[in-house]
Amino acid sequence: MTSPLVEIRGLTAAFDGVPALRGVDLTVGRGEAVALVGESGCGKSVTWLAALGLLPARARVTGSVRLDGAEILHAPPAALDRVRGGRIATIFQDPASSLNPVHRIGRQIDEALRLHRGLSGAAAREEARRLLDRVGMPDARRRLDAYPHELSGGQNQRAMIAMALAGEPELLVADEPTTALDVTIQAQILDLLAEIRRDTGMALVLISHDLGVVAETCERVLVMYAGRVVEETAAAALFARPAHPYAAGLLAALPPMDGPRRPLAAIPGGVPEPWAMPPGCAFSPRCPRRAPACDTVPPRLAAVAPGHRAACVRPLPQGAAAGLLPA
Amino acid sequence: MTERGEPLLHAQDLVRRYAVRRGLFGRAAELRAVDGVSLTLRRGRTLGLVGESGCGKSTAGRMVLGLEEPDSGGVAFLNERMPPPGTPEWRRLRARMALVPQDPLGALDRRLTIGAQVAEPLEIHRLGTRAGRPARVADLLRGVGLRPDHADRYPHELSGGQRQRAVLARALATGPDLLVCDEPISALDVSIQAQVMNLLADVQARTGVAILFISHDLRAVRQTSHRVAVMYLGRVVEEGGPDEVLHAPAHPYARALVSAIPDPRRRGGQGGGRGGGRGGGQGGGQGGGRIVLRGDPPNPAARPSGCAFHPRCPDAARVCAERAPVLKRRPHDGRLVACHVAHGEAAPRDGTTRPVPETVR
Repeated sequence: MTSPLVEIRGLTAAFDGVPALRGVDLTVGRGEAVALVGESGCGKSVTWLAALGLLPARARVTGSVRLDGAEILHAPPAALDRVRGGRIATIFQDPASSLNPVHRIGRQIDEALRLHRGLSGAAAREEARRLLDRVGMPDARRRLDAYPHELSGGQNQRAMIAMALAGEPELLVADEPTTALDVTIQAQILDLLAEIRRDTGMALVLISHDLGVVAETCERVLVMYAGRVVEETAAAALFARPAHPYAAGLLAALPPMDGPRRPLAAIPGGVPEPWAMPPGCAFSPRCPRRAPACDTVPPRLAAVAPGHRAACVRPLPQGAAAGLLPA
Repeated sequence: MTERGEPLLHAQDLVRRYAVRRGLFGRAAELRAVDGVSLTLRRGRTLGLVGESGCGKSTAGRMVLGLEEPDSGGVAFLNERMPPPGTPEWRRLRARMALVPQDPLGALDRRLTIGAQVAEPLEIHRLGTRAGRPARVADLLRGVGLRPDHADRYPHELSGGQRQRAVLARALATGPDLLVCDEPISALDVSIQAQVMNLLADVQARTGVAILFISHDLRAVRQTSHRVAVMYLGRVVEEGGPDEVLHAPAHPYARALVSAIPDPRRRGGQGGGRGGGRGGGQGGGQGGGRIVLRGDPPNPAARPSGCAFHPRCPDAARVCAERAPVLKRRPHDGRLVACHVAHGEAAPRDGTTRPVPETVR
């Protein structure tokens, strides 16, 4: 068995003593598409910022992050600079704020090409044009000279993806890449990501709150809640047979597209504040399946079926839970 | 007391133009944010207004409330023409309608307690007595699922969902006949969105308030609305019952919009689950394929000729670039749609006649 591309073990992060990540394990295989889903504040973005050393200095990060077996957590800046934007590239929700507004698109891609591939001059310019073409930018040659404000939101996201591809990454971490975009443009960008993966064999980590986007893009899904992974399985299994009541609740809260309209099965209450975490399972105050054992210690991820793990004292029975998903 | 379903407000041919300038010394151009939109809101019913950013749905909502004056067309409330903004008559009418905006934190004053803000419309419109206000505020807070003691808190002390409830309590303070909700749930997490949608339905069942639900989220619109109008670049291109529009959209834009809804049941993994492919757009919209539209939404300041959708439309015929279609009923099935091809007045570009799809997915 070959080693995974990225292996994160027991990753924690705390800001001024308040925990944001409370022990995250995550493995990404070569060429695999993995999704991290959860609601705001669950730690899905912090996981990657922590893993890549991108959190502010006041954040305390512990655990282990291995890239091809080599530890990169707390690695020296020079080593991290070769990883970030090189072997692991990142794109964010809001392309307009990730691009430099006073530099032309072409120059920003050139910079990535110079840093990670040692290209310059005409060679860099030609490669930048090819990359813009590759991400479906209309009239790529002319757009090299455009400023971000001259492009639409979808085009800026394409430019961001081109810049991410400049380092020929083995893994692209896409943090809510389509959340700021209109739904028809979102469809274009998701198609583009799938196509690039097919062509290059690049692995993808998709961070999203949108279960539909995740289902269509990824093979494996990790559901996070309050700084922990609470469920991990194949995308198909999660949507057909969620085991953790939180994952089941998220699916049930999604308005159905057909059938009679009735009140939605909303999850009551809200996420606990990070400084006031319940002693046991963080979801238990909102959980319909709560039992006394839930309030003693946080449950660990355990297998509920082959390749399907959930951190729950009373996971939903596999098989009987089918049909929970709204049509 | 009036019946549910009775027309409450009718907006006729609303037009709103803005002057824009391209570049610092560019020539002034005209941008038609809303270009001839008619809407009817009924008591106890919700009209969903959907479309992508820049389609004019929020501007239409603001004109319905009289927060923005139309350049032409007008709004009639209970068959009476809306008085000009700022007049005492307008203010009286405004007590009967309220806005629920997208961003609850931006809509609330951080320096005032929730209770003071919920009571504010009562003071402005001089409703009830000063002594009776705390009890009325407590009622309003309970009505949206907050506790009376939330009245003493400040906005930053509430969660996102609680803040949106507080905004709703304030909107309901005057006992309005109409709520205009502009993307009321898009800033909220999925589990909280469901709470707020349930709450709106509950408030409507209790009070008979009419709701204009402005959203880009078709799932939310189906859940909340009795009728749906789809906007594209300042015009309504299709209108009908939610299941009609979502399951068998007649307008090619509505078809693309519906097929773009990410669906947990549609699985790609390798991207194989989508039919269209990049730059496709010829995908029929049947059999699980996704219609991926070409290009970006057009700039409202440079509106394409004829049907504004024609440069992105997989069906566009020659006439579509020449003449703008009007929103009218299709004789054979009564569907309200603005499309030459959907009305059978032009053959789609590929030359074949397209049967009306039974279902999109």
